[in-house]
Amino acid sequence: MLQIDIEKILQGADGVLNLNLKCNIEKGEFVAIMGKSGSGKTTLLRILAGLEEARGNIGMNGVAWMGTKNPLAVQKRNIGFLFQDYALFENMSVEENLLFVKNDKAFAHELLAITELLTLKNQRPNRLSGGQKQRVALCRAMMNRPQLLLLDEPLSALDSVMRLKLQDEILKLHKAFGMTSIMVSHDASEIYRLASRVLVLENGQLVKDGTPKEVMMGEKIGLEGELLTLDAEDIGTLLVGEQLIEVAFSAQEAKNLKLGQKISLARHKIL
Amino acid sequence: MLQTLDLTPFILSFKLAGLTTLILFLISLPFAWYLSQSRSKTKPFMEALTALPMVLPPSVLGFYFLMIFSQIELNFTFTGLVIASCLYSFPFMVQPLQGGFESLNKNMLEASYLAGKSKFKTLLFVALPNIKPALITALIITFAHTVGEFGVILMIGGSIPNETKVASIAIYEMVEIMDYATAHIYSLIMLLISFLVLLSVYLFNHTQKRIGGFH
Repeated sequence: MLQIDIEKILQGADGVLNLNLKCNIEKGEFVAIMGKSGSGKTTLLRILAGLEEARGNIGMNGVAWMGTKNPLAVQKRNIGFLFQDYALFENMSVEENLLFVKNDKAFAHELLAITELLTLKNQRPNRLSGGQKQRVALCRAMMNRPQLLLLDEPLSALDSVMRLKLQDEILKLHKAFGMTSIMVSHDASEIYRLASRVLVLENGQLVKDGTPKEVMMGEKIGLEGELLTLDAEDIGTLLVGEQLIEVAFSAQEAKNLKLGQKISLARHKIL
Repeated sequence: MLQTLDLTPFILSFKLAGLTTLILFLISLPFAWYLSQSRSKTKPFMEALTALPMVLPPSVLGFYFLMIFSQIELNFTFTGLVIASCLYSFPFMVQPLQGGFESLNKNMLEASYLAGKSKFKTLLFVALPNIKPALITALIITFAHTVGEFGVILMIGGSIPNETKVASIAIYEMVEIMDYATAHIYSLIMLLISFLVLLSVYLFNHTQKRIGGFH
């Protein structure tokens, strides 16, 4: 179990932010962290990894990572970390990137086979596409068989096809290794597919904690459109995002509508 | 004429420059790494001290060395020249290395720490191989700058053949005794070597950029 009780004052773009989080994460959970940019999500991951300092305690399976006199060094925490920008070792081939973490060729090849990268094992990272790079980064993060996998918006730079494929691979590896995973993400479908629990941060504070269904199903999800036209049969044309939708209103409803008005569709449940 | 040309000043110059470059590399590597990673308040002071030899007149440096070396009997010795050169060329090694380290993707270094690697291993196997152009620049410019050294050596080295009479000093001497022919040849050799050294740096960095691949 991962026990987190931390506090850190951050200098954000909108002034001072007090990052304050207290929660326990069970072994094997896949936790997603949501929140506007600047709400402290990435900093939270970095504190967990030991890349940044904070006040408070972190305990992992009974071992104190933080809170004692000397916090456990980042090198000793056995964490897999997936960066948004991949952060591969540019001077090493795909295979060398993995072997640098741990000199275990059989395991490296096993991971490369799972992610269909074996044919690229001798390539340098600068010859790979974004999706391939992130798969290499994922394999590299697994090389030490980490007990905790931290993912900082790992798929945000990729197209939707590659995203789906990598989501599958992440989930596969998460289950196969019985890891605890924590992922920062903005993407609702990604969170729904991967996570078993969602934490929502707002201005550094934990404001919601629950299953993806509990957290994401709510008044905020729904389509909002702008009423562009309303014809004689009370058929309205709405602009939703960049698409036009025609909606039939009752005569009663139509009476109260004004052009340019914002209208919510599917106000409550879309799931 | 060419047969009788004394080449020992050049050999001495290159010996001095080679030794200085080697020693400075070993000293500057950890120091430049430290500066690049440091957020300490003392960093600007250390950076200013490092850059001092670039702006000080060589005579000032030479004068202090003369004073110190006279206490420990290092004046007019090759060892004295090496020590003085190390200080004189220090910024030329430290600054490119520091710049190279600072331009590295921080996440890449952190990925190495997360993989359990120490700072030393990260420096050696991740940081250094990824700053090749800066590394080559540092090595060659330090070498070239030491070959081109004159003022400091004039003050503490004198002109002892095979000990302190390096190429730049030899040229000065030829001019003083009005042997312009030899001075011409010495100068031309220096000019060509310096140009070739600089050309090699720029060629290397140019090709590095071209084969850098697509991103």
